[in-house]
Amino acid sequence: MSAITREDVAHLARLAHIQMDGEELDRMAGELDVIVDAIASVSEVASQDVPATSHPIPLNNVFREDTPHGMLTQEQALAMAPDAEDGQFKVPAILDGE
Amino acid sequence: MAAVTDEVLSFDEAMAAFDPVLGFEVHVELNTKTKMFSPAPNAFGDVPNTNVSPVCLGLPGVLPVVNGEAVEYSIKLGLALNCQIAETCRFARKNYFYPDTPKNFQTSQYDEPIAFDGWLDVELEDGTVFRVEIERAHMEEDAGKLTHVGGASGRIQDAAYSLVDYNRAGVPLVEIVTKPIVGAGERAPELARAYVTAIRDIVKNLDISDARMERGNVRCDANVSLMPKGSTTFGTRTETKNVNSTRAVAHAVTFEIQRQAAVLQSGGSIVQETRHWHEDTRTTTSGRPKSDADDYRYFPEPDLVPVHTTPEWIERLRAELPEPPAERRKRLKAEWGYSDEEFRDVVNAGVTEEIAATVEAGATASAARKWWMGEIARLANVAEKDIADLGVTPEHVVEIETLIGEKTINDKIAKQVLGFVAAGEGTPRQIVEAKGLAVVSDDGALTTAVQEAIEQNPGVVEKIKGGKLQAVGALIGPVMKATRGQADAARVREIVLEQLGVQE
Repeated sequence: MSAITREDVAHLARLAHIQMDGEELDRMAGELDVIVDAIASVSEVASQDVPATSHPIPLNNVFREDTPHGMLTQEQALAMAPDAEDGQFKVPAILDGE
Repeated sequence: MAAVTDEVLSFDEAMAAFDPVLGFEVHVELNTKTKMFSPAPNAFGDVPNTNVSPVCLGLPGVLPVVNGEAVEYSIKLGLALNCQIAETCRFARKNYFYPDTPKNFQTSQYDEPIAFDGWLDVELEDGTVFRVEIERAHMEEDAGKLTHVGGASGRIQDAAYSLVDYNRAGVPLVEIVTKPIVGAGERAPELARAYVTAIRDIVKNLDISDARMERGNVRCDANVSLMPKGSTTFGTRTETKNVNSTRAVAHAVTFEIQRQAAVLQSGGSIVQETRHWHEDTRTTTSGRPKSDADDYRYFPEPDLVPVHTTPEWIERLRAELPEPPAERRKRLKAEWGYSDEEFRDVVNAGVTEEIAATVEAGATASAARKWWMGEIARLANVAEKDIADLGVTPEHVVEIETLIGEKTINDKIAKQVLGFVAAGEGTPRQIVEAKGLAVVSDDGALTTAVQEAIEQNPGVVEKIKGGKLQAVGALIGPVMKATRGQADAARVREIVLEQLGVQE
């Protein structure tokens, strides 16, 4: 039985840079709780001999040759930017450190 | 905005009360032609946002593909650090929101690094070897470059907005993490510098990185904590980020030891945080609180399949490894027969490779050392250039030695010739011919000059005839002058004595 608290959600929201009010935090805590419980029930039926799977297709070592191609021009790269200056993406001031 | 000035204890006082514990995270940018997961070029100094592909920009629907060359470079580095290479490893997403990473996550490795459990023997200046245990080396990608605009100080806190160049976003990185390093004591700053230097030398030697610290090809985060003398329980650590020269790493460790000692001595406690390094004041200031690994919400990267290695693959790469720098130095020192002090001076002057190439090209080790540590070093110093950029090659030095060996020039003229070589006037032999610098040992020309000197200095001649052989020097001077310094002095002396019929 999980117990996602309002503080957990507030912490996640801070990490994700999402602003949430008190009501949203409460609602999201309840919803996340249901989701985490649902996933936990999968763990109950999976026995010890079932390894955790990150990739369902048994494939490995898909590598690329080290040859440059597929570059965008600066105009193409910046065409999708909300704002640009001097050939660079322009973003709002970042106040909370790196 | 003035930073708060921290109290510091003197280094000696700090050492009397505490034992430092170090840890390093060194990021190495690989010099592959393309990025880690994108085929865009990996190049420094280009026009902003021109070395980008949709993958680098994290555009919707893109699929990253691993650069096979970068994996091989990473395995080679792991082997050079005496690591185990993982039979299987995966990539993971490290989630954080900051505009230097357009995807909102950095593709890295989490619990399955490509290399782990290694060690590196680091040699300190006096030859003491200190073994640093390597916890892991994992593959990841670099972030873009931010420029903070506006505000008087150019500091991030005052910026009006920031500009982002994604040329560097996705450049292959290997992060090398040490285990805690205990027991360095007062040599902690020296060890810090020697460790980062050793890593830089290794990646340069492997030719997997340009290894230029001033360009950020090798960057060091230095972890420092203190234990009261006698204790074995680690204290709270700080992590000083992005220290970008080997000298600065030593300074950063020194400062953190002194600062933390002052805090602890006054009854305070260390805050676990990142610290910013300031080269101008050689101090650190408080950064952000250290994030919990959980906060990065790592999970396996679903868009990239695992990397499997085979013993055959690893052994093929191992066979391609060059001789490790430390072993190479040991071998060269023995082969050249230099004393400890001579060899240390050569290493510190950064001319080991020049001397090796000069010896390889046919000069003796002592002659190679004489020229590189002497006149060539002096010329570089005067020109304020790195010796490697002076324009004098090992082949030039061998030619100088050959010219001296065949008595075409002497040491004094050789120095002049080197000056002309550095000035780009040609090879030593070309210069000697073009400028008529060959030593005059032709007896005819010398005899004429000697006879003139004898005629013009009757007083000196009397003295010599009277048995004062040291007076010969007074005749050698005018002969040298007549031959513009190119006479073979020993031969001139012989001719003077012959002409005057005086026996030695």
